[in-house]
Amino acid sequence: MRIAHKIPVLAPISGAILAAVFLSASTGPSVRVAPMDSVGPREVEDQTRSSVIRDYLEGWKAMDEALSQNRADLLDSAFVGKAKDKLAATVQEQQKIGLQTSYQAKSHDIKVVFYSPEGLSIQLLDDVEYDVDVRKAGQSLGSNHVRARYVAVLSPTETKWKVRILQGVTQ
Amino acid sequence: MTGRIPLVLCAFVFALATVAAAQDLRFPARVEAGTAFSIPTTGSGEATLYVVGPGDAIARKVHLGEEIEFEADDLHNAGHYLAILTGSSSVSTQFDVVPSRQPASLSFLAKPSRLAVNRPDGISGVTYIFDIFGNLLLKPEDVSFQLSDATGGTQLRNASSHEGVAWVQMNSAPKAGPAHFQATLSGVHATRIVEEVPGDPCSIHMTARPASSGRVLLQTDPVRDCNGNPVPDGTIVSFTETHDGRVSTVDVPLKRSVAQTELPAASGATISVAAGVVLGNEIRWGGR
Repeated sequence: MRIAHKIPVLAPISGAILAAVFLSASTGPSVRVAPMDSVGPREVEDQTRSSVIRDYLEGWKAMDEALSQNRADLLDSAFVGKAKDKLAATVQEQQKIGLQTSYQAKSHDIKVVFYSPEGLSIQLLDDVEYDVDVRKAGQSLGSNHVRARYVAVLSPTETKWKVRILQGVTQ
Repeated sequence: MTGRIPLVLCAFVFALATVAAAQDLRFPARVEAGTAFSIPTTGSGEATLYVVGPGDAIARKVHLGEEIEFEADDLHNAGHYLAILTGSSSVSTQFDVVPSRQPASLSFLAKPSRLAVNRPDGISGVTYIFDIFGNLLLKPEDVSFQLSDATGGTQLRNASSHEGVAWVQMNSAPKAGPAHFQATLSGVHATRIVEEVPGDPCSIHMTARPASSGRVLLQTDPVRDCNGNPVPDGTIVSFTETHDGRVSTVDVPLKRSVAQTELPAASGATISVAAGVVLGNEIRWGGR
């Protein structure tokens, strides 16, 4: 089952704006992005900031789809490295025990904290709210509303940024 | 009849309390990755515990009233988890698995892998710190970075990690050769090789002498950069001869730091030499 999940289109943000809030049209999460003027050591260009946020949010969509359909191949478009390996292993575990899990993001509050000097990794913190629904044989075992902080590291690939590390952290 | 109502009500409340007690689920708020722990349960009968997060999914048959044991390798991916106990009814709770305290590996990226000598802050080193399970260690750690060049010179810098990442910038050495760039933290090392290569030629000088068959043999002195490093073989040196308004140029690669060629020995010709943007001396052949 594909889950409708709209990702807002992000426009370049002026450095003078303190923060940007993106609200999707319908069921998509609201997205707030802190200004990136003081992120270092490398300056974050407008195009980079737009594409990093867009691709990170696509990562959440891909994670939701992969874990709710138990299809590891759906991770390929948004994840690489450790993040992809761990999520793929979770998909495999879910398959074994017959679970499906959906992660419906409700809001993201994103702050980019590091952009490496050579431009090969960018790190962000996301205070995210989402609903988790765990299902077995079509029946919901339980659902919870979660507020958590995630740390993510993205790397550029040929065409887009991909999530290399995605880790929930204690706030 | 009226006397029975409180009794029925009490029994109902007691039954509710029993169900609630049976479904109680008390996870610690935080569990360190790779550590064994147990959680108590109350009540009786069979139930199933599910622990689910982006990092793992576990199902466990449990006997209510007994402790649920988690072995050290049961939960090792850091992250936020949802635990659901399903029996006669269902209860859930949330908890975090946090990274192990001990660093176990460094993901170290040194860039560029090849650069010219004597570049201030020309080399960057970025390291992400992981525990033995590949979780990013988010607490601050002091990482030591050491760049040892081909002549034994060493630069040492320390950097504190922030959210699992530490970085530095280093200067490339004056002398060309492979440099070892190492990041160290609590006995964990990661080393990368950075090739430091000579810079552009600093100056170029040639000499000329007669060769056979009416030609002139041109040869440069060894071509070096401004730090005395021999410029790599293959670097192109251009010899240009101008005579009677005609210009002819020969491009020659350096071989053992020297370029040489022959040109027609035209009396009165002007011959110049250049490499890149560096212009060398000029010779007037057959003249004064």
